[in-house]
Amino acid sequence: MKYILKILRGNSEKQHFEEFQLEYLENSNIISALMQIQKNPINIHNQLVAPISFEMSCLEEICGACSMLINGYPRQACSTLIKPLLEKSNVITLAPLSKFYLIRDLVVDRSKMFDQLKKMKVWIETDANMNKYGLKIDPSLRDALYILSRCMTCGCCLEACPQYNHHSKFIGPSVVSQIALFTNHPYGKNIKEERLSFIINSGGVAECGNAQNCIKVCPKSIPLTESIAKMGKEGTKHILKELFSFKKKSEK
Amino acid sequence: MENRVIVVGAGLAGLSCAIKLAEKNIFVDLVSLLPAKRSHSVCAQGGINAAISKEDSAFIHAYETIKGGDFLANQPAVIEMCLAAPSIIEMMDSFGCLFNRTKDGSIDFRNFGGSLYKRTAFSDASTGQQLIYSLDEQTRRYEEKKIITRYEHHEFLKLIKDENGSAKGIILQDINNLNIFSITADAVVIATGGLGVIFGKSTNSFACTGCANAALFMQGMKYANAEFIQIHPTAIPGHDKLRLISESARGEGARIWVYGDDAKTIEFPDGSFQKCGKKNEPWYFLEEMYPKYKNLVPRDIAAREILKVCNKGLGADNKDQVYLDVTHLNSESLKKLSSCLDIYEKFTSEDPRKIPMKTFLAVHYSMGGAWVDWPASDDSDRDKRFRQMTNIEGLFNIGESDYQYHGANRLGANALLACIYSGLVAGDEVNKYISSYKKLNTKLSIENQIKDEIKRQKKLLNQMGKENVFQLHNEMSDLMLKNVTVTRDNKSLKETLDKLREIEERSKNISLQDKSVQLNQSYLFAREFFYMVKLAQVITKSALLRNESRGSHYKKEFPKRDDLNFLKTTLATYNADKNDVDISYEKVDLRHFDPMQRSYEKEEFVPSIKNFKKFEPVL
Repeated sequence: MKYILKILRGNSEKQHFEEFQLEYLENSNIISALMQIQKNPINIHNQLVAPISFEMSCLEEICGACSMLINGYPRQACSTLIKPLLEKSNVITLAPLSKFYLIRDLVVDRSKMFDQLKKMKVWIETDANMNKYGLKIDPSLRDALYILSRCMTCGCCLEACPQYNHHSKFIGPSVVSQIALFTNHPYGKNIKEERLSFIINSGGVAECGNAQNCIKVCPKSIPLTESIAKMGKEGTKHILKELFSFKKKSEK
Repeated sequence: MENRVIVVGAGLAGLSCAIKLAEKNIFVDLVSLLPAKRSHSVCAQGGINAAISKEDSAFIHAYETIKGGDFLANQPAVIEMCLAAPSIIEMMDSFGCLFNRTKDGSIDFRNFGGSLYKRTAFSDASTGQQLIYSLDEQTRRYEEKKIITRYEHHEFLKLIKDENGSAKGIILQDINNLNIFSITADAVVIATGGLGVIFGKSTNSFACTGCANAALFMQGMKYANAEFIQIHPTAIPGHDKLRLISESARGEGARIWVYGDDAKTIEFPDGSFQKCGKKNEPWYFLEEMYPKYKNLVPRDIAAREILKVCNKGLGADNKDQVYLDVTHLNSESLKKLSSCLDIYEKFTSEDPRKIPMKTFLAVHYSMGGAWVDWPASDDSDRDKRFRQMTNIEGLFNIGESDYQYHGANRLGANALLACIYSGLVAGDEVNKYISSYKKLNTKLSIENQIKDEIKRQKKLLNQMGKENVFQLHNEMSDLMLKNVTVTRDNKSLKETLDKLREIEERSKNISLQDKSVQLNQSYLFAREFFYMVKLAQVITKSALLRNESRGSHYKKEFPKRDDLNFLKTTLATYNADKNDVDISYEKVDLRHFDPMQRSYEKEEFVPSIKNFKKFEPVL
């Protein structure tokens, strides 16, 4: 069985579609299709061309490297099997994520996601906590936090979010969810107020338009909208608390 | 003057080392091909070992590690690692790592191969991911404080040495635009992981080419025990990669079986020949062969028995694969395994909770790696030598890319431990090293070296020939998979070595369809390929000259371990004049436990440790 892989190629200056005809291999995925092209980079017009640039690493859907648009849908290329796609059409379209700076072909620069994590202090402030070992953590709390901690920073939720774009300051669902993780972590409460002050500012939770696209595309099924709702409430509490302490001060 | 150190690699070992250095206010340039969250450490599923339970002890852990490694590991390093393990779990917990908890809220431990104790802390079946995320977050803290600077999407090209031959920096390349430049430092730490890509399809990620180590080997770094390549017994066959099903599946009770055939017989570990189960009934061969350890025998043993059974024509669906069965497990165990069971379901479209998985062997881990020093705590010259330092002064090597802790075979859940431990040790030792010498303004002829690298880059980009690097890589990896994995023999090893030299010659005729300098992945791969072929020769020649069977190295014509002639570390050095690999040997440090025959048929007595005086905590 043969099928067509139609790929949006190029760099930030110019992009074009190029088509390749491939033989279907049993149980194959998008990555193995791109590897077939590497070994034999001949397009549908029988021209020898440069192989496709694409990112990949673990191929087990745990590293987040190979995010791309597959038939318009943001997902991991490694865990996208070819067969179910061919049931709908003989042509599979690949394109780079559109919300990030394009480097080449299917590769984009996602470093701004890591920069956000740094700005929002998404970590345990250890110095004050080094002797907390032995602290018991309820297994159900641990399980709930673990679900949030599987975020690969792959960028699919940002791609799908209508509020996340070049004109908006919204930090996006994945970062809010990471803040929710560390704010609820038994060791992470010491800089909770600092993190909350970030997310009530412009670009914070208020920017979410509740489109719910993020949870539909998250490859790890992280309940991102729950995180946003939860942090919205925490943020409101934080504002009230600030107001209240201001009142107290002025009363004095 | 401020101190600066370069760490190459952002997996568990690299990050542990960077954090340890940052804690000491040493500035770190952290160079990596990929962001830490995409490093291969995320693939580690099962867990991390630490002897914490009352009936267990660090010495039993050490003994089992040494025995599991068929007595080839230098013992003082292993013992110190096992003693440090509980404090490493504490550190990771304090960083917020979400280990599974028991009902009373304490950290939970699970069973793993090669041990009868519950010694493995875990986070469902994605422990590596959770550990690296915690370390990545701490790294980000120091990044915000400007102590750690990351160079992501950068590749190590070459070590810069001063007039005395000490490591003083690196030449690197930005993979997005192929810019070549240098950074200098007081010491360099290499933490570049494994080399599975040499074997084509493996359980490794695609950055695991071993090429930084190979480049350093060609610059004079010694490479040790290259022949010891671990084959994991249970991976999912695939076109692009062999995805691992963690040993934790068997730790939670998964059983390996094939349909039996009583018309066939097979050799059991005691040398007797017995029937291969009953016709058309599940035959749990590991349970019959190893009634004490059952499905949890060490990986090298499980891999060889699986291959033997498949060679008898008993593989599932008549293919080279066996059933790995979790269908009988309760929902709690299945939940703990969900990360790896989900992988199976996603990539095969079959639900392993209902239908037994089909798995086969895959290249998984390199026990060998850069030779590194280990002065023991009570050695008289302890203060003059540095742990984890290679034979090149100021160049350290840690994690999977060193050879230190696993001997001839690694026990499950010891890799994550060794990565973090060696990283922390190197942090301390680098600090000692840079405070031990006076900074001299030695001349570094960097400009010329950069020019040479640029010249090499241009040459490769413009080279005209008929070879496609991806096809050539296929040829090499097929050869390596066929002849240098589970069973080896001298004739095929010799042939492989000759063919590798041919492939090295042919690689001069690689021509690249892509001449661009913008993220040119075929150029990057072709450059790495040159080094992969070299490292493949190191592995093959080391295997050819070891005429015995030990741990993961099994040679048909020498099926027994030969302590008299081969209880020694293989050392490979690069012979620049002949462009060849020279092999020599070094004694193994056996001061704490006497070598014994390795047996997993029954529970074994653990001897008490001898000559142990003191150790140096890393936390």
